[in-house]
Amino acid sequence: MKVTVCIGSSCHLKGSRQIVERLQALIAEKDLKEKVELSGKFCMGNCQNGVCVTVDDELFSVSPETVDEFFQTNILAKV
Amino acid sequence: MGKEGRKFDTKIQYLKYKVLREVARIAFEGDEFELANSFNDIAKVVAPGPKATMRCCIYKERAIIAERIKMACGGDKTNPNVIEVIDIACDECPASGYQVSQDCRGCIAHRCEDVCKRDAITFDENQKAHIDKSKCVDCGACAKVCPYSAISNYKRPCEKACKIKAISMKNDEMRAAHINNDKCISCGACEYMCPFGAIVDKSYILDVISILKKSEKNTKYKTYAVVAPSISSQFTYAKLGQVIAAIKELGFYSVVEAALGADIVSYYEAQELAEKGFLTSSCCPAFVDYIHKSFPQLADKISHNLSPMAAIAKYIKDNDPDCKIVFIGPCTAKKKEIQQERVGAVIDSVLTFEELQALFDSRDMDLSELPEDVLDNASYFGRIFARSGGLRDSVAQSIKEQNLDVEYNPIACDGIEECRLALLKANKGILPNNFIEGMACVGGCIGGAGCLTHEARDKAEVDKYGKEAMEKTITEAISILK
Repeated sequence: MKVTVCIGSSCHLKGSRQIVERLQALIAEKDLKEKVELSGKFCMGNCQNGVCVTVDDELFSVSPETVDEFFQTNILAKV
Repeated sequence: MGKEGRKFDTKIQYLKYKVLREVARIAFEGDEFELANSFNDIAKVVAPGPKATMRCCIYKERAIIAERIKMACGGDKTNPNVIEVIDIACDECPASGYQVSQDCRGCIAHRCEDVCKRDAITFDENQKAHIDKSKCVDCGACAKVCPYSAISNYKRPCEKACKIKAISMKNDEMRAAHINNDKCISCGACEYMCPFGAIVDKSYILDVISILKKSEKNTKYKTYAVVAPSISSQFTYAKLGQVIAAIKELGFYSVVEAALGADIVSYYEAQELAEKGFLTSSCCPAFVDYIHKSFPQLADKISHNLSPMAAIAKYIKDNDPDCKIVFIGPCTAKKKEIQQERVGAVIDSVLTFEELQALFDSRDMDLSELPEDVLDNASYFGRIFARSGGLRDSVAQSIKEQNLDVEYNPIACDGIEECRLALLKANKGILPNNFIEGMACVGGCIGGAGCLTHEARDKAEVDKYGKEAMEKTITEAISILK
């Protein structure tokens, strides 16, 4: 599974670092490092709805407050 | 110069800009065939005539513009240097070295004679001094002791500007300036100082325009702009956010701070210093080139890190292998840096701020009308790389953040003369410092030849922009990339 977090300026200002850090921690906690490839991209062209995160090309809008819930539903449940 | 010309420090920059703008205009709208046929159109815009305003006649002015168009289209492909002399534009300077002027009073003391070790000073029947050029070595000792300041150095501004002595005069009738490629570090100091605009950096605007057009609005591939932090002191007539919006309006998909690359470099350069004990910085390509060419014995001390530009570009390309990346900055030497294989692999082309201004205006953009976009990737410490001392402070911070066990004793050198002094001492083993921050331009990157302005307040602008960064530490800024 490929998870990409937008780290362009707009999303960065909305908290993409906190999201990347939290996802890293959750992936490590659930021992998913082998199964989930986490990467960053400078802009996904959807700045209004940031922070943009894609899971195998499916686009989601995530915030530092919703990242745990997002992980449960869209990463942990599908991996 | 009018309102438009006020965007630049000098009329020479304005002149070069007009040629670039007109070339870009045709390249954006037409094709190469059209460009080849548009010399007259461009010449008429830049030198409208019928009277000459810059040279002896309108024909010479336009002949020089033809050469400028060639430089705007990439210059001489057989010359690996990115800085070139336009021979026919270089013929107006006296180049006779030290000369005695009319101010010589014919005094009795003759200090000039006493101090001259070469016996090059003679006196005529009025006791006025003359310099025998066959003996004179242009040491300048006589000029220093003359109480009337009657001896001056008629050295060409380009030669004076080139502190590493890479410029000499051709030994032919024209006496045009000649650049020694074995010494030249492409810093652009000569170009900025030449009052006739006879020294020019090659422009790759055509490559950039072609990249943008072929991306078909970023559908075939994405084109990223990596911008140097010194952008904060440029384009003072608009807000930074509007400049970012304008870059995207040109067709770039996204704009990323080179300063985030600086955060990466600082983080790992601190580790490298702790490991090796002595290091010279990697971010200024002209400084790095200077060590390779003039202090090859110190080459193993150069940090193995990529430059900030290349470090962030590598990250982008690793995650989007088909993309194209253009660096936009104050620097002519960056154009040379991408000739290195490991840098050319990640950076596709380089623009200066001068050229960026030409691209904006070739599209008739009014920046003050554009909405403000955002630019925020790096930390304060990455952003202050743009000015002298920034890298030094940033590495100190990286050592602190990583708790590295190293005694840090840095020296920040700006201008190639200061760099030279530190390197000479390092070479002899008498430099008390263990880290050299080397910047070829005085003031650091904000003094770069490709800057629109070179003003005292530029440093304050960079610091202000640095403080606006959301990320306060280097570790936090780069944690996003892991």
